[in-house]
Amino acid sequence: MKEYKTITEISGPLVFAEVDEPVGYDEIVEIETPDGTTKRGQVLETSDGLVAIQVFEGTTGINRDASVKFIGETLQMPVTEDLLGRVLDGSGRPIDDGPDIVPEERRPIVGEAINPYSREYPEEFIQTGVSGIDGMNTLVRGQKLPIFSSSGLPHNDLALQIARQATVPEEEEGDEEGGSEFAVIFGAMGITAEEANEFMEDFERTGALERSVVFMNLADDPAVERTVTPRLALTTAEYLAFDKGYHVLVILTDMTNYCEALREIGAAREEVPGRRGYPGYMYTNLATIYERAGRIKGEEGSITQIPILTMPSNDITHPIPDLTGYITEGQIIVDPDLNSKGVEPPINVLPSLSRLMDDGIGEGLTRGDHGDVSDQLYAAYAEGEDLRDLVNIVGREALSERDNKFLDFAERFEREFVEQGFDANRDIEETLDVGWDLLSMLPKQALNRIGEEYIEEYYQEDEAEAVTADD
Amino acid sequence: MSQATESDVTEDGVIESVSGPVVKAVDLDARMNDVVYVGHEGLMGEVIEIEGNLTTIQVYEETSGVSPGEPVESTGSPLSVDLGPGMLDTIYDGVQRPLDVLEEKMGSAFLDRGVDSPGIDLERTWEFTPEVEEGDEVSRGDVVGTVPETESIDHKVMVPPDALEDDETAEVVSIESGNFTVTETVAELDNGEEVTMRQEWPVREQRPTKNKYTPRTPLVSGQRILDGLFPIAKGGTAAIPGPFGSGKTVTQQSLAKFSDADIVVYIGCGERGNEMTEVIDDFPELPDPQTGNPLMARTCLIANTSNMPVAARESCIYTGITIAEFYRDMGYDVALMADSTSRWAEAMREISSRLEEMPGEEGYPAYLAARLAQFYERAGYYENMNGTEGSITAIGAVSPPGGDFSEPVTQNTLRIVKTFWALDADLAERRHFPAINWNESYSLYRDQLDDWFVDNVADDWPELRQWAIDVLDEEDELQEIVQLVGKDALPEDQQLTLEVARYLREAYLQQNGLDEVDRYSPPEKTYRILQGIKSFNDEAFEALDAGVPVEEIQSVEAAPRLNRIGTTPDDEADEFVSDIEESLAEQLRELY
Repeated sequence: MKEYKTITEISGPLVFAEVDEPVGYDEIVEIETPDGTTKRGQVLETSDGLVAIQVFEGTTGINRDASVKFIGETLQMPVTEDLLGRVLDGSGRPIDDGPDIVPEERRPIVGEAINPYSREYPEEFIQTGVSGIDGMNTLVRGQKLPIFSSSGLPHNDLALQIARQATVPEEEEGDEEGGSEFAVIFGAMGITAEEANEFMEDFERTGALERSVVFMNLADDPAVERTVTPRLALTTAEYLAFDKGYHVLVILTDMTNYCEALREIGAAREEVPGRRGYPGYMYTNLATIYERAGRIKGEEGSITQIPILTMPSNDITHPIPDLTGYITEGQIIVDPDLNSKGVEPPINVLPSLSRLMDDGIGEGLTRGDHGDVSDQLYAAYAEGEDLRDLVNIVGREALSERDNKFLDFAERFEREFVEQGFDANRDIEETLDVGWDLLSMLPKQALNRIGEEYIEEYYQEDEAEAVTADD
Repeated sequence: MSQATESDVTEDGVIESVSGPVVKAVDLDARMNDVVYVGHEGLMGEVIEIEGNLTTIQVYEETSGVSPGEPVESTGSPLSVDLGPGMLDTIYDGVQRPLDVLEEKMGSAFLDRGVDSPGIDLERTWEFTPEVEEGDEVSRGDVVGTVPETESIDHKVMVPPDALEDDETAEVVSIESGNFTVTETVAELDNGEEVTMRQEWPVREQRPTKNKYTPRTPLVSGQRILDGLFPIAKGGTAAIPGPFGSGKTVTQQSLAKFSDADIVVYIGCGERGNEMTEVIDDFPELPDPQTGNPLMARTCLIANTSNMPVAARESCIYTGITIAEFYRDMGYDVALMADSTSRWAEAMREISSRLEEMPGEEGYPAYLAARLAQFYERAGYYENMNGTEGSITAIGAVSPPGGDFSEPVTQNTLRIVKTFWALDADLAERRHFPAINWNESYSLYRDQLDDWFVDNVADDWPELRQWAIDVLDEEDELQEIVQLVGKDALPEDQQLTLEVARYLREAYLQQNGLDEVDRYSPPEKTYRILQGIKSFNDEAFEALDAGVPVEEIQSVEAAPRLNRIGTTPDDEADEFVSDIEESLAEQLRELY
């Protein structure tokens, strides 16, 4: 390990130093400032004689006399099963006053890509107990399904609800020890201390902490550190899932802060920026995080990812949600209008999507009618939504009887199906039954997406008549 | 990837600097686009710039830990693929390394670095049957024999294009049947050339052909909106742009599953790992609608998922089209799906920006349009060197940021391709699938394919299609009025047009990809459904003329059954439609 005092330039989060021996790309660097604090960084660019270093803890206090040490290895995460129940900072150091962590192994945090040939296709239904997800945008084990939200919306409550309630139903019975519960890896990037407290309190209150590993990079922690936090979290998740057989649920919040940190580094390196100043390689970079979810053939465990991001000015075409949506397997959209109507959780199912839903539902997995019911609810709610614009102009009286039914349907769909509160845990049967209650308002002939045999079995004749009688 | 079998590594250089996938080396004697091995681990890369003594290399693998001073070796040959039997029923990465072999060699589900493997199995033997005899004259590209590659495909062993000059012939001096590996000689020519099953070809170079023709046969896709309204020709080009979640991948996969191509090359370029897994899981199980054999028997998959190295993403498109050209040379109709060309363009942008090239629009390199054009130009309906005819149909998905079609990749693609299937997030939201917008999409092949549809399906195919387009156009205009004043304010005949258009959308344009029957609609059935809706239209308007109120026409019982034709088995569909037509006529005529 060689030590240099050859810093030539300090610029934002970057330090440039001259070296006389070759240094590897991505290697870890320790910089000791004159007042004795040690900061860690990573090699961003290396050439014969000069390296560019990105400093995780910020460059404050570094001067030309600071000493630079090259550790000779890329960034590693010490992993062990004992990490469960621990709280670490954004660089992976314990901050919970617990005992030292004795690692079983140290793993490079830049994970290798899973060979697509070795993947197992995810198709095990996860019951989150939230109708807007289970019924309409079903999550499966090994999926990456982000929550797209905006500032001021209760996305954290939704994430906590999922973390609390998520189970895989058929395993629930046989396994007394709650083996179907998930180990939760929580990676916080740039969230406020208040939000962090909210999460920690909930974890402690529900006892979830003992099956969790928490990585905390708070809003006042160095921004550059945010680029490693999710990788530490996912390296831990991979160890637990594919070495120890856990089913792991990874919650990453807030990916927007992560992308801001990427942009900051890109700007400091004077790179050619892509859209809105974000680096051109942001798609690839995000993919190296999101693609670390899934199942592997012959392995017991799995990694399911729920990243949370806040869309700047609620704009889904902003580069962060846009690139995310192109990588992840769908998205759950939290909607300001529903939130102001008081719908809890305010999930707007129309733009939400789960790409892996079709293989995770149906006979033997959830219920035979699930796919048809969900399609029909979508189509009917979309039709009702369209009519709302029209009704503002022409009034309800100008609409046909059929149209009025769809309007009522849309209203009840939000109030009874989506709305359930953050504490209610509905099983899939209940979710589908609520769906049928609503569909039975509509005339049978309007249910063009549902197989006749299911209409026969579940359609409630009296419901339709009751509604007509009301009019 | 063919370098695995070469040992002619020539000159050595030394790494000067490393920045992500871009490595610069000094003292390296290599030509432009030569393949090089970088560092102690021997990571594979390609020369992309030479400036003085400095050579710039894009590396196809992760470069973490690679440092200046490590060696670089040149192979002295450009990035090439191994061509020969065994490419079908295989899944490759972006530089033609078989992923199953990598898994075995690495002993792990995770992709390690510095592991190499030939593109086709060098040990396996194939049963060779000669097609020519000793003493026959052959010219380049000629088929000397066949091997059964899969249950669907006979692989033709051809005289390599570089074995002879153009128009030159040579005599076969020895040839025999038997079992051979891909590197063993199966035929000898009198000019000393030894023909093997394996050929090598540089991926960035088009394989030679004799002529390119105007395509006149449709690639029948089994998707009603495509075959019916926006058909693509065998040898044509198409783009599928759409925001995320609008069904690009589903549409691509439907085409790969059900189109009547002989061979399918499916390139997953920078997309999701699980999607490739889905293809790997599904294709061996699903039957090819033409032959009944497993789909995998006609499919070659190339997977460079979004988290695999970015430089290999740039090359995977070329790897794919070169493989497609090889099967075209045998006289097959090849369909090539590239999902997604935007990721390919972004890979170019990423490399370009690391090279500090002057950017063009939105940071994309100035040569973006030229590269896209080169790629799509390799598609087409060709007369091959050996006189057979073969085609490559190229279908590229485009992922425009924010779903905005005005961005450079979409725009530059549209300047080249002749079929445009615009995916629409609104349709996807209301679960109208395939979410192809019928007002924005177009196909410039429509007229030149009409003859085929008239000859093979029905005489009035073009007229019926035009009727459907007119109704949908009218609906689009009427919808604007409806948004302002409500449906009931329209005159009765226009209300009825809206009703007919609704059946066109629900019974004809929509297709349930999950339903075992509906997911593939043969042209005859596609035609019959349209005919059924037209019958409803004609009867309904007659009833209206006779004074029947539109509400009564709308509530006629037989009409909603039109929506069930799609899921009716193909052999019963005709009868089912006739039955609906009869009841419709009967029930409507009762009203007046």
